[in-house]
Amino acid sequence: MRMPLLALLAKEPAHGYELKGQLEQIFGEAYPAPNIGQIYVTLQRLERDGLVCSQDVVQATRPNKRVYELTDAGREAVIDWIDKTSEGPRVRDEFFMKLALSLLTGTSDRLGLINRQRRHYLAQMRSLSELGVAADRRIPRLLIEGAMLHLKADLDWLERCQEELV
Amino acid sequence: MTGAGELLVRASNLTKAFASDGTVVPAVRGVDISLEHGEFAAITGPSGAGKSTLLHLLGGLERPTSGEIWLNGQRVDQLSQARWAVLRRRHIGFVFQFFNLVSNMTVADNVELAAIMGGASRKQAVARRQDLLGELGLAAKADAAPARLSGGEQQRVALARAMANRPLLLLADEPTGNLDSSATMSVLRLLARVHADGQSILLVTHDLRVASSADRVISLFDGMVADDARIGSDRPTPLPDVLKLRG
Repeated sequence: MRMPLLALLAKEPAHGYELKGQLEQIFGEAYPAPNIGQIYVTLQRLERDGLVCSQDVVQATRPNKRVYELTDAGREAVIDWIDKTSEGPRVRDEFFMKLALSLLTGTSDRLGLINRQRRHYLAQMRSLSELGVAADRRIPRLLIEGAMLHLKADLDWLERCQEELV
Repeated sequence: MTGAGELLVRASNLTKAFASDGTVVPAVRGVDISLEHGEFAAITGPSGAGKSTLLHLLGGLERPTSGEIWLNGQRVDQLSQARWAVLRRRHIGFVFQFFNLVSNMTVADNVELAAIMGGASRKQAVARRQDLLGELGLAAKADAAPARLSGGEQQRVALARAMANRPLLLLADEPTGNLDSSATMSVLRLLARVHADGQSILLVTHDLRVASSADRVISLFDGMVADDARIGSDRPTPLPDVLKLRG
């Protein structure tokens, strides 16, 4: 979560809870809620690496809060990160490994294997589509739509496996 | 139609073979399928699996080579084309991949005509059309020609038309096959909504995103049912890793 935190700090200095709130606000229910401990650990490491600096701000009625700010090196790192192309998802599919190896062992019921996997993907797709119907903001909705398109590709691939191997 | 307590659709050992260049090509090879009232099922499978043929058999657009079809307690596989046409007008809604709207009629007239053919009075048809177009977010397009609408909008009109006769059964053949991802998502939301209002739906699609909006997914391979899975569940499924953003 290093780079997303740096990117948020590019807008303005903030403390840990504000960053957590912003992440949730932007990505919504589709993004696994970051825990605050993780955010603080990440901020400390970013500070150690010279990408952010921090100072305590005294608050009248509450404990001091530590506010983080981007350094020049941090700002440069964000710009580099945003500009760089990203790797696509890799196929690291345990199911395919099982399916391919089941051909060798000859012990398992391949149609059963594929059907169980399809049901599992379909149930996940179903959860995503319910989430998608409920999502009313654009960024979370797009994230869910993207996840559904990835899962659709997995399901299409499963269908191809069934055509070729069963 | 009466038949409370009956299955809405019950078909057994359905087959359909087409003659082509002197050889017989089987498209559907011994399918048993049933649908309860209020159920939403999707039929999926690769091209050539027999999905559309199966739907056409169940909607009377094709006659089975063998097997029986019961619709709401009535045996229908032997009906004449004319009897089937009446049955469809009154009790079945059809949505196709290419919308099939009447191009020289307005959006409103397309929907009202289907209501009138389904037995509604002129006045009832207008009210039904206003309800449906409003519900589907198309009230402002009522007087437009279908060709002036986007693909996604035309498919929503086709859905309104299919629902105009308050069908017992909505049959949809690749309704998102010609739509982009965003219009697909909006048709998917609409199907979920009409289903939540109690509409029985049988949907053919090769898009498993669309299939997942159904309660049940029937996988067809080589004209036979390879799997019939109920996917609506009270137990939420953990979300897949694909949702985990990296950064």
